[in-house]
Amino acid sequence: MERIPILKLSDFLLVTIQVDMHDRLALTLQEELTAKIVTTKARGVLIDISAMEMVDSFIGRIIGNIAAMSRILDAETVLVGMQPSVAITIVELGMTLPGVRTALNVDKGLKLLRDSLGKDRGEDAYGGLEA
Amino acid sequence: MHVRSRLMLVIENVEDDLLKDWVKEQLAAPMLRRELMSETELRDQSRTFLKLFRGVPSKDGLLSTDGSEWAKVKEFVSDISRSRAKQGFSPSETATFIFSLRLPLFRMLRSELTREPDQLFGELENAAAILDKLGLYSTEVYQKSREEIINRQQQEMLEVSTPVIRLWEGILALPLIGTLDSRRTQIAMEVLLQEIVVTGADVAIIDITGVPMVDTLVAQHLLKTVAATRLMGAECIISGIRPQIAQTMVHLSIDLGKVATKATLADAFLLALRRRSSSTSADDKSSSLFNQNSARGE
Repeated sequence: MERIPILKLSDFLLVTIQVDMHDRLALTLQEELTAKIVTTKARGVLIDISAMEMVDSFIGRIIGNIAAMSRILDAETVLVGMQPSVAITIVELGMTLPGVRTALNVDKGLKLLRDSLGKDRGEDAYGGLEA
Repeated sequence: MHVRSRLMLVIENVEDDLLKDWVKEQLAAPMLRRELMSETELRDQSRTFLKLFRGVPSKDGLLSTDGSEWAKVKEFVSDISRSRAKQGFSPSETATFIFSLRLPLFRMLRSELTREPDQLFGELENAAAILDKLGLYSTEVYQKSREEIINRQQQEMLEVSTPVIRLWEGILALPLIGTLDSRRTQIAMEVLLQEIVVTGADVAIIDITGVPMVDTLVAQHLLKTVAATRLMGAECIISGIRPQIAQTMVHLSIDLGKVATKATLADAFLLALRRRSSSTSADDKSSSLFNQNSARGE
């Protein structure tokens, strides 16, 4: 069975969706990701969907759900690299994913996460990363 | 049975007089636009028309202009209508070209056929029917060519109306001009999002100084663009909101939500620069540890 790899990157988890998302895969991802957040004590989740060409309302909702679940588990979710066509589709479907933060690419998403964590934990967060 | 109808024979006999009379009639018409067309041109067109007209091989019934024998006349009429539509003539001015032939032609017929009242009546009927049909045809062609012009202009407007400007590194501006409909918004949105991908901009300024009116539909289109931009990971600033538009928006209870709005593009630009500088100064503190990883992640 296909699985979407979840990589641990310091304090964060990086999920790169490279295949066509179908419904079961999305649900599996939701389960595995929440489990992994708990086991790794991750503070942030980056979901890279730059390779995703299509999205439907179900996948959109799953993404929103993942973000909400992560927040409950004290991890910030950043959705990165959304393609214009996907963005337009999501907006036309009437979903604006209000709770989800977004960034243009993984680089900017990481900055965003580090900034918001830095605010939470003070300057020592940077010290911890740089060590 | 005539091989050629009397009408055509009469026209042929008195062609020069008829032409003179017709041109005089056209020149006398209050609708003639001398600035758009010279007298010689008019005379040439009239002469060609008469020549084609009398050259139509006619059977006994001339009442229909649908047959192939009329093709040349119709082609000429449509050429004239089309060129007049382009020059800016009005539909009635265009149709006058055909309709002004009516009186001179009737006068000629009367003087030529004065001894044969039956024949005269029949030919008058014929001539009236044909001229009516040609006149209508010319209006139709005129209308069609105007529509073509309008369509082309609409297309051109769509093409020129959505330039995305790179104001600064990471700052894009989309000046919207003219009324926003769903098709234009769609194009503007697509162009903006594509440009965000290409340039990797963080901030997009949508300037609506040139939008004459904002109603609920336009506001909804704007909000859609803002939402899509946010989903891509950039943020939007809406600028160029004129006082009247601000008032209308409040009266219509349009809620722009958390979208930053500024009165002028200059203010929006300043805000965008400030946001960028605050985010880059935060970057400087952080390490380059992740930059290497993330560069591959894209």
